[in-house]
Amino acid sequence: MPKPCLKLYIAGTTVHSQRAVQNLRKICEEIVESGCEVDIIDVLLYPDRAEEDKIIATPTLIRASPPPVRRVIGDLTDISRVIAILGLNAASEL
Amino acid sequence: MNTDLQIKKLLTGISGFDQVTEGGLPAGRTTLVSGTAGSGKTVLAAQFLAEGIRKFGEAGVFITFEEPPADIRRNISSLGWRIADWEAHGKWMFVDASPQTNEEVSFAGGYDLSALLARIENAVRQTNAKRVAMDSLGAIFSRFEDTSLIRSELFRIASSLKHMGVTAMMTAERREEYGDISRFGVEEFVADNVIILRNVLEHEKRRRTLEILKFRGTSHHKGEYPFTIIPQQGIVVIPLSAIELKQKSSAVRITSGNAELDRMCNGGFFRDSIILVSGATGTGKTLITTEFIAGGVAHGERCLLFAFEESREQLFRNAIGWGRDFEAMENAGKLRVVCEYPEVAGLEDHLIRIKMEIEAFRPNRVALDSLSALERISSLKGFREFVIGLTSYIKQEEIAGLFTATTPTLTGGASVTETHISTITDLIILLRYVEMHGEMQRGITVLKMRGSPHDKDIREFQIDSSGMHIGQPFRKITGILAGRPIRIEDVDDL
Repeated sequence: MPKPCLKLYIAGTTVHSQRAVQNLRKICEEIVESGCEVDIIDVLLYPDRAEEDKIIATPTLIRASPPPVRRVIGDLTDISRVIAILGLNAASEL
Repeated sequence: MNTDLQIKKLLTGISGFDQVTEGGLPAGRTTLVSGTAGSGKTVLAAQFLAEGIRKFGEAGVFITFEEPPADIRRNISSLGWRIADWEAHGKWMFVDASPQTNEEVSFAGGYDLSALLARIENAVRQTNAKRVAMDSLGAIFSRFEDTSLIRSELFRIASSLKHMGVTAMMTAERREEYGDISRFGVEEFVADNVIILRNVLEHEKRRRTLEILKFRGTSHHKGEYPFTIIPQQGIVVIPLSAIELKQKSSAVRITSGNAELDRMCNGGFFRDSIILVSGATGTGKTLITTEFIAGGVAHGERCLLFAFEESREQLFRNAIGWGRDFEAMENAGKLRVVCEYPEVAGLEDHLIRIKMEIEAFRPNRVALDSLSALERISSLKGFREFVIGLTSYIKQEEIAGLFTATTPTLTGGASVTETHISTITDLIILLRYVEMHGEMQRGITVLKMRGSPHDKDIREFQIDSSGMHIGQPFRKITGILAGRPIRIEDVDDL
């Protein structure tokens, strides 16, 4: 199975943003065995990229592939819920 | 001291809006525009940016929470504005915060709207925008569960806009025309300035109004002002009383077009007066109008005639019958005749059209035959506002305005039109049928003339192929105006 491609939009060093980065790291390194491609984008530095993806809230995690595109808004605290939403559990169970 | 504290205003360029707001929106602040569905919020928000671009060369950023930019471009193009061109020239930028229908969105943990704020700041910087519109806030509340978080984030956005020195307009929904200011209590945090748009059904007619509920720290006009939305111009607010106070009065006399009537008025009408001619059907109102127009043209004045009762052919034929050639006057460029059915448009639209005709033709005299025809298509309140709006505009332009009103009964009484506008007029002329010795005669009198002595008699008059001929007063008769003429000898005999 190809590695899922994820984008995480954050805003500077806010508590929500830092937490989201930590939680996503945990998800990718510890849970998804095959790992995942992650692109972390700071909207304060790259507002044009936020514009392209029409991001309103931060943090926002986008599963760009495999389709369909899914978005998760929030600091990803509820890791098992995030895994379920992104459909990553199937990969980890292999 | 006081002037230092006064908040400056930004001229919006929206017609009539800058008058009722006494100079535009509070500059560098956010104003909330609240209204029910279909009340014109999106048009007002878009026009705020459009006029900035068209009239002041100021760029604008439009943040849309509800409709995708493509829909707004298309909808607004019906007003004749080409948003895509402005976008290409960097004068207009969208921040698309509309829902992305093809993606699933879930929530997991805490968040804020920093991304939206970063995009707005980015767009304002890129275009060097002076104006920002956000439409409409209800849509963002319905997408996020935590309404108190959204409220405080919107407050953060409003503060940031203030910091950037841009003037902003945010729109919000309300459920009913007279109730809570907005849903989700939006006004609680950007409440310094609130404008309400209404679209009320009144006597089976739609009536749009705008009200400035509050402008903190600065003045504005109070009450509801009617407005309309027309192609090319968008929203046009009718300022009514806002312009009423500025009238100057002129001592210059002009001819009524009839030498005898001039004598009854002690030398003619005043140049900037509003004249009301009231009478039953067939008493000679259109004749007085015709002579008023012809008299103006004979003195080299430009005249504009609005006819709501008769066709062009009919009017021209009537005029020929009284020895006046409208066609020759039109050909000489001194006369313009506009014939319309009252029913083709709402009263606000008629008012705007009349103003546009006046602006284009720049007449010295305007005649409108008849006001009563327009009264049919409106509620009483709407009609009164129309008349006030029209007369104040005419006065402001220092034009003589003559209106006719039809009385419902043949021999006397007042028309509804008359009762509603008599206080606004400077001169009232009554025409009446008078039954004398078993035959019908016509009578004319000058009921009131502001600022001038005038003839108090009721005089009989004849109409022939050269027009109106005013003769002697009716003597020994009383009760003509009431429609019950009684010979005074008869009274004595009792």
